[in-house]
Amino acid sequence: MPAVEVVDLVMRYGSITAADRLSLTVEPGTVTAILGPNGAGKTTTIETCEGFRTPQSGSVRVLGLDPIADGARLKPRVGVMLQSGGAWSGARAPEMLRHIASLHAHPLDVGMLIERLGMQDYGSTPYRRLSGGQQQRLSLAMAIVGRPELLFLDEPTAGLDPQARRSTWDLVTELRDSGVTTVLTTHFMDEAETLSDQIHIVDAGRVIASGTPQALAASGAKNTVRFTARAGLDVENLMLALPHDTKVDEVSPGAYVIAGDVDPALLATLSAWCAGQGVLTDSVLVERQTLEDRFLELTGKALR
Amino acid sequence: MTLDLSPRPGAAPRPAMLRSQIAMELRLLTRNGEQVLLTLVIPLLLLVLGTRSNDVVDLGAGRPIDIITPGILALAILSTSFTSLAIATGFERRYGIIKRLGASPLPRWGLMVGKIGAIALVEAAQLALLSGVGLLLGWEPHGGLTAFGQLIVLAVLGTAAFGSLGLLIAGTLRAEATLAVANLVYVLLLVGGGLLVPLSRYPEASRHVLELLPSGALGQGLRDTFAGNGPGAFSIVVLIVWAVCCGLGVSRTFKWE
Repeated sequence: MPAVEVVDLVMRYGSITAADRLSLTVEPGTVTAILGPNGAGKTTTIETCEGFRTPQSGSVRVLGLDPIADGARLKPRVGVMLQSGGAWSGARAPEMLRHIASLHAHPLDVGMLIERLGMQDYGSTPYRRLSGGQQQRLSLAMAIVGRPELLFLDEPTAGLDPQARRSTWDLVTELRDSGVTTVLTTHFMDEAETLSDQIHIVDAGRVIASGTPQALAASGAKNTVRFTARAGLDVENLMLALPHDTKVDEVSPGAYVIAGDVDPALLATLSAWCAGQGVLTDSVLVERQTLEDRFLELTGKALR
Repeated sequence: MTLDLSPRPGAAPRPAMLRSQIAMELRLLTRNGEQVLLTLVIPLLLLVLGTRSNDVVDLGAGRPIDIITPGILALAILSTSFTSLAIATGFERRYGIIKRLGASPLPRWGLMVGKIGAIALVEAAQLALLSGVGLLLGWEPHGGLTAFGQLIVLAVLGTAAFGSLGLLIAGTLRAEATLAVANLVYVLLLVGGGLLVPLSRYPEASRHVLELLPSGALGQGLRDTFAGNGPGAFSIVVLIVWAVCCGLGVSRTFKWE
């Protein structure tokens, strides 16, 4: 049974379609990223899974249950990190965390959690005076203190400095290793690439691509090798030596581009061919397509 | 020792959740200075001032302390059940508290129980303290223990009426607007709402309007009670009608976020 199963979810607000027959699944024990530009429908989707919104059409199952009808049974099992807010403006971080812990049967030790997240110096500062990053930290702590089996993190590292981001990533990885399933939304490519086992790229309310970070980066446009050598090499002959779906072009005299599945074997073949021709290459540059390239290719480069 | 993050989900037992929620609400309600000013300092000042009230405003026949003390008790109920509640709820919506707790094992009605519990405890403390100070200043309540029993009934009805009015405002306006309106209504009702000054001291025309307001009904009900006459059916009916109407309004318009 998938941990989360969204099928043909439709959510419209006035003229805005936040989810347009959106479907995705999350396998238990994985970290799954919902990656997309602002306004793609990430928060709407995740909040529907959390039971804050009723699907207008389509279905959502979380741990096999209906997030709204079975809310009372589901809530103790699910940890939620909201995109912002979630604490009384006058409450202190330890007090707030202790309160959320008190609503659960077997919460984490609050003192140890505070230490693990480096929140010792928040002391008696009221929530409204904490920095944005500190508020995020508290929000994450509140999401995990009840020892949930499924965790929803809505943009967990938005506004964090690089150290804090890194430590959030470590925590998510540790949670995964402890058996917690995590669903997170992000618009950071590196975050999705580093953290997740599975990525769903969402744009305009639809899932437009799904897969592991490696599979997504590798799909679509091929990787390239650029090399320079003397002009006028026999590219037809080189192509015969390479795997048959590989293309070679002399884009300008002495500048060559190989497009295809670039792997170590291909580079070895290239070197052997050059050696056979008595050609010394001046430079060889491998350009691997990143997840970011793929993301921009899929969602377009227009600002929104 | 390291933190064991492995899943072990479960909700705390309900009584424990509710106790924790009431305690949290109570701590927040009594924490900041403005709230203490509103719920205790202003009523105490007005109580002391009220003993010399005939220099300021003519309260009518009888000893000023006997007339002002029931009004001060009514003011205390207004401050907690209306102003404090509306402001706190307005900012809870703004800061996503209701959403945060909505994602926790605490049931939604548990939020309400937390608020009602905290308000009841604060009001109990206010009424005990203000009555005590009133007695020290020479207040002579009539009606004996029955009158104090009737005080509890009126406090519950007044809290229901003011509380639902407060939630009606907090549930529909922005937090800042709620803050402004809640304070404004407090001042208006304090000065001219029939809370402190007996309705008989108002001009004939406005008297009939004021006795239909929850403030007029509660103030007059408490003055009648401690004059030994009982709260009067009219005051009770007015408070119930306000509570029911505002309660219906809340259930239709309140937005949790």
